[in-house]
Amino acid sequence: MADVIEVGAARKDAPPPAGGKGRRGVTERGSRATPYLFLAPYLLLFLTFGLLPILFGVWLSVHQWDLQLPNRPFVGLDNYKDLFDSESAIYGDWWSSVKATAIFTVFSVPLLVVIPLGLALLLNKSFPGRTFFRAVYFAPYVLGVAVIGLLWRFLLDANLGLVNRLLGAVGLPADTPWVTDVPWAWVSLVGVTVWWTSGFNAVIYLAGLQDISPELYEASRMDGANAWQRFRNVTVPGLRPVLLFVLTTTILASANVFGQSFLITQGAPGEETRTVVWRIVDEGLRDNDAGRAAAMSIVFALALTVISLINFRFFRYRED
Amino acid sequence: MTTLRRSARYGLLVLLALIFLTPLVWMLITSVKTYGEAQKIPPTFVPKPFSTYGYEQILGNTANPVLRWFLNSMLAATLHALLVLATASMAAYALARLRFRGRGVGFALIVGTLFIPPTSLIIPNFVIADRLGWLDTLTVVVVPGAASAFGVFFLRQFFLSIPAELEEAAVLDGANHWQIFSKVLLPLSKPALATLAVLSFLTNWNDFLWPIYVLFSPERLTLPPGLGLLQGAYVTDYPVIMAGAVLASVPVLILFVAAQRHIIQGVSRSGLKG
Repeated sequence: MADVIEVGAARKDAPPPAGGKGRRGVTERGSRATPYLFLAPYLLLFLTFGLLPILFGVWLSVHQWDLQLPNRPFVGLDNYKDLFDSESAIYGDWWSSVKATAIFTVFSVPLLVVIPLGLALLLNKSFPGRTFFRAVYFAPYVLGVAVIGLLWRFLLDANLGLVNRLLGAVGLPADTPWVTDVPWAWVSLVGVTVWWTSGFNAVIYLAGLQDISPELYEASRMDGANAWQRFRNVTVPGLRPVLLFVLTTTILASANVFGQSFLITQGAPGEETRTVVWRIVDEGLRDNDAGRAAAMSIVFALALTVISLINFRFFRYRED
Repeated sequence: MTTLRRSARYGLLVLLALIFLTPLVWMLITSVKTYGEAQKIPPTFVPKPFSTYGYEQILGNTANPVLRWFLNSMLAATLHALLVLATASMAAYALARLRFRGRGVGFALIVGTLFIPPTSLIIPNFVIADRLGWLDTLTVVVVPGAASAFGVFFLRQFFLSIPAELEEAAVLDGANHWQIFSKVLLPLSKPALATLAVLSFLTNWNDFLWPIYVLFSPERLTLPPGLGLLQGAYVTDYPVIMAGAVLASVPVLILFVAAQRHIIQGVSRSGLKG
């Protein structure tokens, strides 16, 4: 960080601020400081809130860092050990949140990979109204999790919610406890997330589909391939990089689930739907144990990195 | 056969559209019901009479100053988008057009952070924001998020796609880098800048996890943490809660309709990097 501050302080020949006109023209071209001056504002942000927190997180994780107490002793790997020691006070809560996050991820990811692909295939041909339908399917995604959470807490309300009323109207059970009992709470969280973010993945797939050359489909059709064979032999291989991207980003997004369970199931029943991210922020910012929360963050980030790497590996081998 | 298939396709498209839209329409309908009507079973689809109850509760509310939250959100998201545009475009120019020591390493480092889930940096970022004295201020919801590498990466790719010949005339006229950047490259990049501005605004407007922990005073909140408070205060008084949700949705839905092309292009381009 010190470097950036020096660059910022040495702004004698800085380019003039936005909106101003260059004063000295040619003489400034090629000045050695120029690139760094262009970078300085972003670099200051990046170092303070992008890079520093990574290093600082490691530092926090090896200290008993209570936000309210002045004394923050070094504790080595104790914060990490606690997470894996069934005797420790945090063990049960931590693994319960890991389990919740795993359940949500395992059920939401396949749906969020397959359903948007279906939507994209449906929207890939050109027909009147195509842009309209694409916009409609994408619309929920532009709303934030706070809005989605309040809205679905209401829709899934066992007594007053529209979901149970509609089910009742077609003769199905109308008293499902969607947000207060398992497995319904999981169905709700996964279902809402699919409804909320499918349009986003569909748009990514659509861009990928449009990059597949129509000639490949034509050639395949000439060879007598039916629709399914064309999908298997042309669409899927053509989409492989996009599939990898969608799969990886969706796993990351699902593993980071927070707002849905915070607002819709509110952790219920008990704390069964309380997720890892929720546990981390609660531990660090509500219970003030920033050291342990930082250790949790690091274990969590490492686990996700490993999963992403396995993903990339798996897809690369399949390509050979 | 083809007519049959076409009708089947439209049937499916419309059914899906209903699934995506009904919850949003229901939010709007409920927001103009009275408390009594929202409690009715079976529910009514057309409120009789249309009521401003939910919105009145919200607008005259001193314990939950929703209008204030709305203004805070508007200000925060606008300033955030401007900050991202200014800092990311300058950095992207250096990375795309200038040669300097450390460019490769720096770029790799910046892009590398794209793979770190931002949620895992929340605890250290909270402590850093605290040290800076930023907790419970507007700054804390405007600035830290602008460290995201997405904008720099996105604009760098766009700048690289612009042929450098377009800048040569300016070079021959003796323009310096600042002039090339601001007079030639930025005007050519309007679509990408608009996309980034809209995406940054949306992200900031919708952000929930960070503001619920770094903002405390009721009058300092942005809408998402505010809506959480509203839910806690009104529990099953759904017209009021839905009125709050409508208020938080309208600006982004308008923005989406107006800038649909930019948003969809931005999203699809972010996918193609994969």
